[in-house]
Amino acid sequence: MFGFTRQQGIAFLVMFAAVVIAPFFLYPVFLMKVLCFALFACAYNLLIGYVGLGSFGHAAFFGMGGYIAAYTAKKWGFNPEIAIITGAGAGAVLGAVFGWLSIRRQGIYFAMITLALSQMVYFFCNQAPFTGGEDGIQQVPRGNLFGLISLQSDMTMYVVVSVVFLFGFLLIHRIVHSPFGQVLKAIRENEPRATSLGYRTNDYKLIVFILSAGIAGLAGGTKSLVFGIATLTDVANAMSGEVILMTLLGGMGTIFGPVLGAIMIGSIENYLAQLGAWFAVTQGVIFVLCIMFFRRGLLGELAARLKLSL
Amino acid sequence: MFMIFGYSSALLFGQLLLGLINGAFYALLSLGLAIIFGMLNIVNFAHGALFMLGAFVAWALLEFLGIPYWWSLLIAPIVVGAFGIILEKIFIARLYKLDHLYGLLLTFGLALVIEGLARNQFGSSGMPFAIPPELQGGTDLGFMFMPNYRGWVVLASASVCLVVWLIIDKTSLGANLRAATENPALVQSFGINVPRMITLTYAAGVALAAFAGVLAAPIYSVNPGMGSSFIITVFAVVVIGGMGSIAGSILTGFGLGIVEGLTKVFYPQGSATVIFVVMVIVLLTRPAGLFGRGGH
Repeated sequence: MFGFTRQQGIAFLVMFAAVVIAPFFLYPVFLMKVLCFALFACAYNLLIGYVGLGSFGHAAFFGMGGYIAAYTAKKWGFNPEIAIITGAGAGAVLGAVFGWLSIRRQGIYFAMITLALSQMVYFFCNQAPFTGGEDGIQQVPRGNLFGLISLQSDMTMYVVVSVVFLFGFLLIHRIVHSPFGQVLKAIRENEPRATSLGYRTNDYKLIVFILSAGIAGLAGGTKSLVFGIATLTDVANAMSGEVILMTLLGGMGTIFGPVLGAIMIGSIENYLAQLGAWFAVTQGVIFVLCIMFFRRGLLGELAARLKLSL
Repeated sequence: MFMIFGYSSALLFGQLLLGLINGAFYALLSLGLAIIFGMLNIVNFAHGALFMLGAFVAWALLEFLGIPYWWSLLIAPIVVGAFGIILEKIFIARLYKLDHLYGLLLTFGLALVIEGLARNQFGSSGMPFAIPPELQGGTDLGFMFMPNYRGWVVLASASVCLVVWLIIDKTSLGANLRAATENPALVQSFGINVPRMITLTYAAGVALAAFAGVLAAPIYSVNPGMGSSFIITVFAVVVIGGMGSIAGSILTGFGLGIVEGLTKVFYPQGSATVIFVVMVIVLLTRPAGLFGRGGH
């Protein structure tokens, strides 16, 4: 199903079981945060892991998705599912603009352009009236799913977040293992060759950029409803760095790696939250260690050892 | 004082000067990035952190050893350059054969560590750094009042940029450097120690950042975040100018500083984003950058 290999199918079942069991042992709000970040990291991985496009501005889509979902839920009274979808749409639209501009250049310039554009979005969100500036959009109601089911209880919300996560995860897996995904990998391995075979590589890059940004917006919108708040933190550069780190640590170009990375970074953040700047130092050290010693990430290295594809 | 387009000349030229000062920092930083990129093929994300480190070294020299600003202008770049050599030897040198992306990620991590440690040690608010006594006060130029220190910053950075450009473009050392950028293997076969040249290039690039940091110390307070707020704008400057040309990155740096300053006069809300808007326009019209060569 969904093009899983046997091992991937087993890994998926393990992950599914963990998602089901976890809220009975761990604090659901923490788990929901981790799931949102895991989805965000998977969306990022779609771009960097499968097409080799290193964006440094993904916080823009995550944060904008969060703002739009929060705004529509609070000010326009959208149902949560509509608000989240609107947030994803906002991420995708912004992604279309970013992608259209940034794929004109390659490699490091691509990274610098996405970084600069996301900084522009940050300044915009800081000044625009609808975001509430430094205060953000607070007291966003979780509302009633389909207008019927109240999401006030953390457990009900957890079910919704899990469904969103699993949907996004499977969607990404489907994209990667479609014929479209094969072309993406061809672009990653050798773009001039993909071009010479007749593929319009820029069209492919743009489409996957929009998909990645849309899913990032989906994750951001979900997160803002979970916490009832959308702030500048989610649109700031540090967030772009964090999602890169999750993906890198778990394993770029692996299916489950970003999820593992999100769990690890989320847990570290939880423990180091009181220590302020030490979290940044820890992040930096993990970055350096990953790049120096295991560039394929934890799951990537494990998979290579065991000759599996995870 | 007189009026131009309904704005007082003092306001207009005052903002222009502020713009030039920012431009001076953009020029010094993007120049360092361009030199490093040319030789190492790495975008040094830690550039902002090393700029900040330069300012901190100057502060520490004054605070603990009583060494004045003028000596710091020389000592801080040497200290930070030496630190750069260590970074290059231990970390960066291992990445030359890999994709550009890894260098960017590694230096990003290094920047997080350096800034995080500084933040732990000194807090986020930062320390004031007094303008050296020789440059306190200002001069009335008739059309505006110019604080002496700001004039000095523009003068000093423009001179340093000019010297660097002359070294690279007109000396035999610069010729070797440019040759090694084009074809390291061939230059090495002529008996030039290219790996050492690479290390020293990195040191020189970050020394420029540290020099800019010392210049910046009396203007902005010395704080851990001073570099990261600059570096992203400098990346946009680099995208606009293209990293292929040394003179190009200097001109782009100063030019964009002026553009930013003028925006502050005519449309203050846009001043934070104007450089990014220019970047977008350049991407749409000249994707390779103003001074860029060929693809990429």
